[in-house]
Amino acid sequence: MLAPYRILDLTDGRGALCGRVLGDLGADVVKVEPPWGDDARRIGPFYKDDPHPENSLFWAFNAANKRSVTLDIESDDSRPLLTRLIKSSHFLIESFRPGHVDSLGLNYDAVKQINPSIIYVSITPFGQEGPYAAYKATDLIGMALSGMMYLTGDTDRPPIRISTPQFWAIGSASAVAGAMIANHHRLLTGKGQYVDVSCQQAVARSLSHAPMIWDMNRMNMQRQGPFRPVGKINLRINWECADGYVNFIQPGGHTGGRSMTNLSNWMDEEGVGHPVLRDTDWGEIGFGQLSPELVEAMTPPLERFFMSKTKSHLAEQALERRILLFPVHDTKDVFSYPQLLARDFFREAELPSYTEKPEIMNAIGPFIATGSFRRAPRIGEHNREIYKDEMGLSDEEINRLKEQKVI
Amino acid sequence: MTAALEGLKVLDFCWVAIGPMTTRYLSDFGATVIRVESIHRVDTLRTATPHKDGIPGINRSGYFANYNGGKRSLALNMSQPRARELARELAKWADVVTENFTPGIMERWGLGYDDIRKSNPGVVMFSASMQGRGGPYSNHPGFGPVLTALSSHTHLTGWPDRTPTSPYGAYTDFLLPHLTVAAIAAALDNRRRTGEGCHIDFSQLEGSLYFVAPPLMDYAANGRVQTRQGNRHPVYAPHNAYPCAGDDRWCAIACTNADEWQALCGLMGQPSLATDPRFAPADARKRNEEVLDEIIGRWTEPQDAFQLMHRCQQAGVPAGVVETCEDLFNDEQLAHRQHYVFLEHKEIGRHAYDANCFTLSESPPVYRPAPLLGEHTDWVLREILNLPEAEIENLHESGILS
Repeated sequence: MLAPYRILDLTDGRGALCGRVLGDLGADVVKVEPPWGDDARRIGPFYKDDPHPENSLFWAFNAANKRSVTLDIESDDSRPLLTRLIKSSHFLIESFRPGHVDSLGLNYDAVKQINPSIIYVSITPFGQEGPYAAYKATDLIGMALSGMMYLTGDTDRPPIRISTPQFWAIGSASAVAGAMIANHHRLLTGKGQYVDVSCQQAVARSLSHAPMIWDMNRMNMQRQGPFRPVGKINLRINWECADGYVNFIQPGGHTGGRSMTNLSNWMDEEGVGHPVLRDTDWGEIGFGQLSPELVEAMTPPLERFFMSKTKSHLAEQALERRILLFPVHDTKDVFSYPQLLARDFFREAELPSYTEKPEIMNAIGPFIATGSFRRAPRIGEHNREIYKDEMGLSDEEINRLKEQKVI
Repeated sequence: MTAALEGLKVLDFCWVAIGPMTTRYLSDFGATVIRVESIHRVDTLRTATPHKDGIPGINRSGYFANYNGGKRSLALNMSQPRARELARELAKWADVVTENFTPGIMERWGLGYDDIRKSNPGVVMFSASMQGRGGPYSNHPGFGPVLTALSSHTHLTGWPDRTPTSPYGAYTDFLLPHLTVAAIAAALDNRRRTGEGCHIDFSQLEGSLYFVAPPLMDYAANGRVQTRQGNRHPVYAPHNAYPCAGDDRWCAIACTNADEWQALCGLMGQPSLATDPRFAPADARKRNEEVLDEIIGRWTEPQDAFQLMHRCQQAGVPAGVVETCEDLFNDEQLAHRQHYVFLEHKEIGRHAYDANCFTLSESPPVYRPAPLLGEHTDWVLREILNLPEAEIENLHESGILS
C-alpha cells in the first residue's frame, strides 16, 4: 500500500519496530547501519546463542521488510551520500537520545533544509523536552514510570514488568500511527512535519480504565495476580491444568452463563460433575453478580477438572462446546496454534546467520494479510543495489568510501 | 491550519476497546466519525467502571468516554430492517467503514465489504476481530485477557515458581490501535493514488505477536521456550523493583554497564562493592543477584521513591518510580506533555482523557468530549442523509432510532 514511499531508518534497536511495520505496509525501508553493523544486532536472543551481529534474532524480526546500506553517519565524509538519501526519502525515523541529532547536524531543522516535505519521526522514552527528557529508560524503568508495572504482578511480591521488553516496542508502534497521520496531512497540504513520540505516554494509554478510575473515583487500582475483579469479587483467570495453564473466567451474564453451563455438562458427561455447578441456574446470574459463596464452592471442582486435562484438550473441547476457555500458550504453542496456521501467518525465512548454510525458520508476520514479507538483511546487503544501481555511484566511488570506512 | 484528516468521513460500528481507540485517533485529527450505537445492545464500555460519582449510567463511564472523544453518536436499532437501510445509506457516504464484531455480523446486516463496495467501490473497510477471519477459531468469543493468553504474553508475565498473572487489563487491545490506524491511513493513501479501496482483515492475535517477537524467534530458531522471570533480566543485574518508604512504594533500578554499577555503589556510600568479586564483573553480579537485591533493598527501603529516582538519574543510573495511577496524574513529565486533557462532558462534567502519545508540529489534534448515546442522531439524519423532519419524527416514534 505504501510502495511509492521511502523510509530512511536511522533508529537503533529501540525504535526498530517502527520501520518494520512501515515495511509490512509496503514502504521501501532503507536501514542505515554503521559499517560494523547496527546496534540492534547486538540485542539477543541470538541464533545458537552466538552473539555474531548476523545472528541476532531481535534483528531478524525487527529488520524484516527492510533493505540495509552501511553508512557511518557520525563521520563528516558520510554527508554527501546521506544528503542524497534524505532527498530521496519521504520519512526519516530516529530513536537517539534527545539532543544527539543536534550534535550530528541532523535535527529536523537541518533535514528540512534538504527536504522540506519530509516527515521526521523521533522516538524517545519521554519526548524531546521536559523534566525527564534526559532520564535513562530501560524497559524496566519505562514500564515503572508509565504505570504498567504497579498494576502487574502478585499481591504479596513486588510489582513486575512483562518478561520481554514492551516499552520501546509500544512507543515505536505508536510512531507508525503518528507518521501515517502526518502523511495524510501531507497529502492534503504538501507539508512535512515533526513527529515527537513519547514511549511513556504510549504505555500510559495502555492501562485499560485504571487511570480513569483514579480520575473519577480517586481509587488506585492494584496488582491482582492471576485474578481479576468483576463487580465486587475477584475471579481467577489463569488456572493450572495437567501440562500448563488455561485462561477461564465465569463473570456471569448471558454469554458467561451459557459457557459455564456447557462446562458443567461436559463434567457431568465425564462423571466428575458437581452439584453446585449442575444446580446453579447460570443464565440467571447477571454480569459481575456472582456471590463470594458461589465462587468459593465452584472453585475446587473446576480446579480438579482442569488439572485432569491437558491445555490442548481443554482448548479443543472449549471450541466444540462453546466454553469461554483458552490455552495459556507458551512460545512453542504459538507456532502450532491451528488458527495461526490456518491463516498462514508465519512465513518461511532464511535464518539471518553468517554461516554458509543458512537454515530455514518460521518468521513472524506481516501483521496484515495483504502485507509483504522479506527476511532481514545482512550488513550492507543492499549497498550495491542502492548506491550503484539506484543512485548511480561508480565502483570507484564506492571503493573509496569503503576505504574511508564510511560505508 | 488544516487538520491532518480533514474531510475524512468515517462510519464507525466499533465497540469496546481496540476499535473505538482506533477511531478516536481519526476523530482527534479531524475526521467526522459517526459512531453507530444502540440502547438495545449497549457498548460494554458504556456500562463499565468508572462511573461519575460511582453511579452507573450509559452516559457516565469514564472508560467509554476516553476512547470515544469527538465522535458523533447515532442511535440505530440494527434489528430493524429500516435501521439497516439507513446504515447502508451512510455506508455510501463514508470513506472508511470500521467494525470489530465477531465475523459474520456485518454480513448479516448487508454491511459486509462485498455489499458496501457495490455502491461505494472505493470504500476502505476495517474489520478487527480477536483471531481474524477464516480458521477454526474465527468466531470463538472470549472475555478479558484472552489474547495475552494466546499470544504468550500471559505465560511471560509473573514469577517462575507461580501461576502466570497476565499483564494488567485487556493489554494488547491498547497496543494494536497504533498498527490499525496506520493500516487505515496507508489504505487511504493507496486509494488516493489508485482509486482502489480495500478490506483490512485484522487479527488482534496476530498483531499481538509483534509485542512478544524476540521470545517467539528464540523458539523458532533455537527451540528454546522462555518463561516468566519476575523482574529478572537475562543479562543485567541489578534489575528489579526495590522497596521504598511508604505503603507499597517501589523504585525500579537497572544497571546495564559497569559505569552505572559503579555510580550506584557510589550513591549507596559503598564504593567497595563496585570491585567486590561477588558483584564484578557483570556476570558475577548476575550470579549473585539475590544477595545484591537484599543489599540494595536495605538501602532503598527508608528512602522516598521519587527522591531516590532523581538522585539515581542525576548520577547516571537508570531508575524510575513504580508509579500508581495517582502518580501518573502528578507526573511532571506527563504534565509537561499535557498528557491528561480535561474536557467538559455533558453528563459527567469535567474529566480526564488521554492525549495522544505523539505530537505533530503542523497538525495538532483537537480533543473533544465523548457523545451521549444517540446525541447526534438527528444531526446525522438531517445533515448527512438529508431526511425531512417529519420522517425523522416517524423514525423516532417507531423505535428505530434507539
